[in-house]
Amino acid sequence: MSWDYSGNEQWTWDQIPLGAMTLEGGTATGHKTGDWRVQRPIWHTDKCKQCLICWMHCPDSSIKVSEQKMCGVDYEHCKGCGVCVQVCPFNALSMMSEKDARELDEKEAN
Amino acid sequence: MPDVTVLASSGDQMVAEAFRQANPDVLPVYPITPQTIIVEEFDKFVAQGKVHTEFVPVESEHSAMAAAIGASAAGARTVTATASQGLAYMWEELYVAAGMRLPIVMANANRALSAPINIHGDHSDIMGCRDTGWIMYFAENAQEAYDDTLMAFRVAEHPDVMLPVATTLDGFITSHALERCELLDDETVAAFVGEYKPERSLLDTDNPNSFGMFANLGNFYMETKLAMRKAMEGSLDIIKSVGKEFEAVSGRPFEVVKTYGTEDAERVIVVMGSSIGNVRHVAKQLRAKGEKVGVVGLRVFRPFPSNELVAALKDAKAIAVMDRCETVGGQGGPLWQETAAALQSVGITTPTRDYMYGLGGADVTVQLIEEIFEDLKTLEADKAAGKVADVTYKGNR
Repeated sequence: MSWDYSGNEQWTWDQIPLGAMTLEGGTATGHKTGDWRVQRPIWHTDKCKQCLICWMHCPDSSIKVSEQKMCGVDYEHCKGCGVCVQVCPFNALSMMSEKDARELDEKEAN
Repeated sequence: MPDVTVLASSGDQMVAEAFRQANPDVLPVYPITPQTIIVEEFDKFVAQGKVHTEFVPVESEHSAMAAAIGASAAGARTVTATASQGLAYMWEELYVAAGMRLPIVMANANRALSAPINIHGDHSDIMGCRDTGWIMYFAENAQEAYDDTLMAFRVAEHPDVMLPVATTLDGFITSHALERCELLDDETVAAFVGEYKPERSLLDTDNPNSFGMFANLGNFYMETKLAMRKAMEGSLDIIKSVGKEFEAVSGRPFEVVKTYGTEDAERVIVVMGSSIGNVRHVAKQLRAKGEKVGVVGLRVFRPFPSNELVAALKDAKAIAVMDRCETVGGQGGPLWQETAAALQSVGITTPTRDYMYGLGGADVTVQLIEEIFEDLKTLEADKAAGKVADVTYKGNR
């Protein structure tokens, strides 16, 4: 990453790259696009057999994998489409409303 | 001095020669009357090995422009040609090409749009392009079609412009009729056109980048459009300087607004494309009889050369604008709208009248043009008396 596009929300017309081009690859990692999710997948580690079928099907590369093992969901990019829940053969993923999940998160944090 | 070959050539053939000499990297195209000769001739050049071009015979004009966009984004000098329904079919892609700031050069053989189906010359098709962000040249004859096409590469690929350019020639009148034309030698043209070296391209894997990004709700969509407007406005000076450079090479004068007799003319006709010559012919005859008439012909419509047009019209007493494109339900044709706005913006209140003529290739006769000049004699009084419609058809039954 060498292209500095910090503060791009304030760029004026003459600061934007020609034709609104993006001047390097992989910039999507810097954009947290999961904030409009309505439901989120919850991973149940006790049921997971590490088959990685969820990882193969996720359309947004939001199944986190470390050392060839599923290790969680990237909620900064997951859109909550639920595909992983549908394809999991072991019911190791289930959907929860984003509102409930956030309330739960807050409780745990407190 | 360049070697010049004098040919009896159609406008389409001259455009094909210009494409050959510019030696584009990619030419995706779909044939449609009256542009077909361009495709046929260029295909011959490909078969004869005279160009290094990747010739892509696509299945539609929508695909032609889509392929052109991809090729241009990949960093290729990209060219295409179309007409009429073909241009209409490209329409959404035209905005993409301009918005992505791709310097594609496209020739359009101006033709009517269906229905009723009609293959002949008017400006209905090309005026669908007027708000897309494409620079637009209008050739008066086959020679200008060649010249404009060569200049188009320099303008489109100029780092301060980077907008697609449409060079247009009137269907059949210019695209097919044979005229005396001058072809410059290949070396001279190669030196004039130069090589296209894009600053960024999709195939530049050392500097990866993405074209055509998402710019949602307030996320620099307006800013991108403003950047296009600025580039388009600034392109007029570049069009002129490239024109002057070409003038030095070819010996043919280049003006974005061509005038005849306007230094003392009281009655002036504003017109574009092949009809400029017809109107000039009539004006010459009338001036020989002592009538103070003049002609203003636009060679460039986008960017609209407002200041140049106003300078040419400021002393006129009555102005006719000849439009070869209906804007059914509009105040007038595209050329009249622009002309009226240009005059109004500097407070000139000279009476104007819009004439709809030559639609679907309807005859543009000496008599028709004489009638328009004649109408202008009483335009002010007729307008005051409410006797004049804003849009007047000429040459219809």
